[in-house]
Amino acid sequence: MFDTLTDRLAIAFKRFTSKGRLTPEDVDVGLREVRLALLEADVNYKVAREFIDRVRSRAVGTDVLESLTPGQQVIKIVFEELVTLLGGEDAGIAYTPEPPTTILLVGLQGSGKTTTAVKLALLVRREDHRPALVAADLRRAAAVDQLQTLAAENHLTVLVPDLADGISKGIGKAVAEARRQGADVVIVDTSGRQHLDAALMGELTDIRKEVKISQSLLVVDAMTGQEAVRVAEGFRDQVGVDGVVLTKLDGDARGGAALSMQAAIGLKVWYCGVGERPRDLEPFHPERMARRILGMGDVLTLIERTQDEFSTAEAISAQERMRQGRLTLDDFVSQLRQIRKLGPLESVMGMIPGGRELLKAQGAAIPDEAQLRKLEAIVLSMTPDERRRPELVDSSRRRRIASGSGTSPVEVSRLIKSFDRMQSVMKSLSGMGGRRRFAQEMLKGPGGGFPLLKG
Amino acid sequence: MAAEAEGGGRPRWWLRIPARLDRVGGTMGRQLRTRLRRGQLADEDLYEELFELLLASDCGVPMTEILVSRLRERAAKGRLRSADQLLAALKEEMLAQLGGPSRELSLSGSPCVWLVAGVNGSGKTTTIAKLARRLQAQGTKCLVAASDTFRAAAIDQLRRMVEPTGAELVAHQAGADPAAVVFDAIAAARARGRDVVLVDTAGRLHTKDNLMQELRKIRRVVSGQIPDQPAEALLVMDAYVGANAIAQARAFGEVVGATGLVLTKLDGSARGGYVFQVERELGLPVKLVGLGETVSDLEDFDPVAYVDRLLADDDPERPTI
Repeated sequence: MFDTLTDRLAIAFKRFTSKGRLTPEDVDVGLREVRLALLEADVNYKVAREFIDRVRSRAVGTDVLESLTPGQQVIKIVFEELVTLLGGEDAGIAYTPEPPTTILLVGLQGSGKTTTAVKLALLVRREDHRPALVAADLRRAAAVDQLQTLAAENHLTVLVPDLADGISKGIGKAVAEARRQGADVVIVDTSGRQHLDAALMGELTDIRKEVKISQSLLVVDAMTGQEAVRVAEGFRDQVGVDGVVLTKLDGDARGGAALSMQAAIGLKVWYCGVGERPRDLEPFHPERMARRILGMGDVLTLIERTQDEFSTAEAISAQERMRQGRLTLDDFVSQLRQIRKLGPLESVMGMIPGGRELLKAQGAAIPDEAQLRKLEAIVLSMTPDERRRPELVDSSRRRRIASGSGTSPVEVSRLIKSFDRMQSVMKSLSGMGGRRRFAQEMLKGPGGGFPLLKG
Repeated sequence: MAAEAEGGGRPRWWLRIPARLDRVGGTMGRQLRTRLRRGQLADEDLYEELFELLLASDCGVPMTEILVSRLRERAAKGRLRSADQLLAALKEEMLAQLGGPSRELSLSGSPCVWLVAGVNGSGKTTTIAKLARRLQAQGTKCLVAASDTFRAAAIDQLRRMVEPTGAELVAHQAGADPAAVVFDAIAAARARGRDVVLVDTAGRLHTKDNLMQELRKIRRVVSGQIPDQPAEALLVMDAYVGANAIAQARAFGEVVGATGLVLTKLDGSARGGYVFQVERELGLPVKLVGLGETVSDLEDFDPVAYVDRLLADDDPERPTI
């Protein structure tokens, strides 16, 4: 997720850090690169322009350029502004004191509403609520079937509105019935249209008139280009929207829409879809996302996922070792094995500081199952001692490991080297004490905590 | 068709791309004209604004840089003296990006196989139904292979949309091996003398290696059954996609050997400006456009009409270039 944007920003940042002193012109040149990086990520063009203007005025206006590490200071400003751009504070469903909390899902066709409805219900259930779904997409062929099938697989209740009294009345009754059956959160999946059209808006406005909606969430495909903001604006103005769910963020979409919503139209991203499995919906954390975009990794989210998926004891020890930067190659293998449980590999690795580098060192941007098995085979061909202390591996051991794992000595040393680097990045980030800590890390010498900038 | 578009009889879809949108400041064509009336052609800000206008239509940074620098070159040679000249030059440069491989859809082979692929939600199933209707109406007998066995209820959706077209459907259970569905569909088409097999595939993100391998396998099964097939491997992308379109087209191009693009949802506010870069960089022609939700809303792509629409002033009845 966001990887290509990350790469472009890394190139742009190198312009800042490659020089000891920065002139305002240097800043301009670097920021032009940052702007292009944002635009290539589908960030709304107005938002990108304003973003650069803000960073420039902060960078040139203060004593930043006179400081000892001007490049790092500029990057720090970019990070802070990025957090602001992404929406600042976290946001999510506000459960109403008086149940049910009724959530309306709206969006264009193909944005992923139906899948999101199920994912959101599961997320709500993980937060100890009792969700039910209302299948109000009565337009697309088999949309109700799709919701019912997905819901049944996940043991969720679905109510189908009775159309006898018209759609909005039918939905109202379905919501009441869900409440009667004990649900305290009701998620209404509505029909989409290909575009913002009067018929869709009319239908949605009717629903809002008839049914007491607590919050309405707009579902947006992360791959959407410049139209994302306009579409969101349309829904916001005509139907009312409280927050955004960004879907398909597990691809290589650069998610510029996520970066634009707050700045352009004041809508925060609440959740993001990060995989095909029903549980792959996560709260959106602006600061963590900014970190991830900048290649800082997102250890917090990884730890949370680990907690969700692993046994507690396992999670605590893995988490502890991860924090202390003492991961061994054994941990690495057990993590590789857990990785499929954790979600799409590329998203998981993106969360580990330097994780992407590790994968790239293996020769591919996005590794496949075969590569995973290869990495695993290499580690499994090592003795327990070697796994704890990879520095033991000399050229003869390397040959042994290579023939044992069906790889080449080069691949073995590549793995060990990358693992070392990951280890040291982990160590330097131990603690992860929020933004101040982040800034300190970042200011430590060339590259600082930016694994990407060390090359 | 291009000649037709230059004259009075434009393809009818041209008119169905709404030009008048509630966009602040109007369409790209309108904004550009307003800007041109105001400023000097040598004005640096003008090119900066042109840059943003092209980006706002999702032309993408690399393509936008190419187009803007071409116009700058022309201006530097003193060849752009009026707003009309600039617009005409832009149109010319845009058209120069579109072209190369033929936009004809191949019906060779018996049966002929068309593979339809794309990311989730791009409009594959709807496109299949539209293709089936169009081919059936031409007297070409179709058989649709329901290879999207992954998405819940996808087979139902396809059945409901395809049945009215008169095309046959071959489907297995949900969760079945999609390649096996294709295998059976081809066998059925042969046995029953069907002309074209349309293969609907599950939506997949182009970054999911295992799913892309599955698609590769589907293609392999097709070529294994009938050499030289699939005759067409169509990538469906909607006009709302941004810069990610290039990555999608590249990935699907490599895996299924895409022969062309179906640009869907073009009847809305999005323009799909990425087609310039897709055609130029990847040599993948746009063959069809989807213009609505009913099964008849599928038309051939016409570059001249498309560019005209992109640059048109707000009034669709008054083409200005």
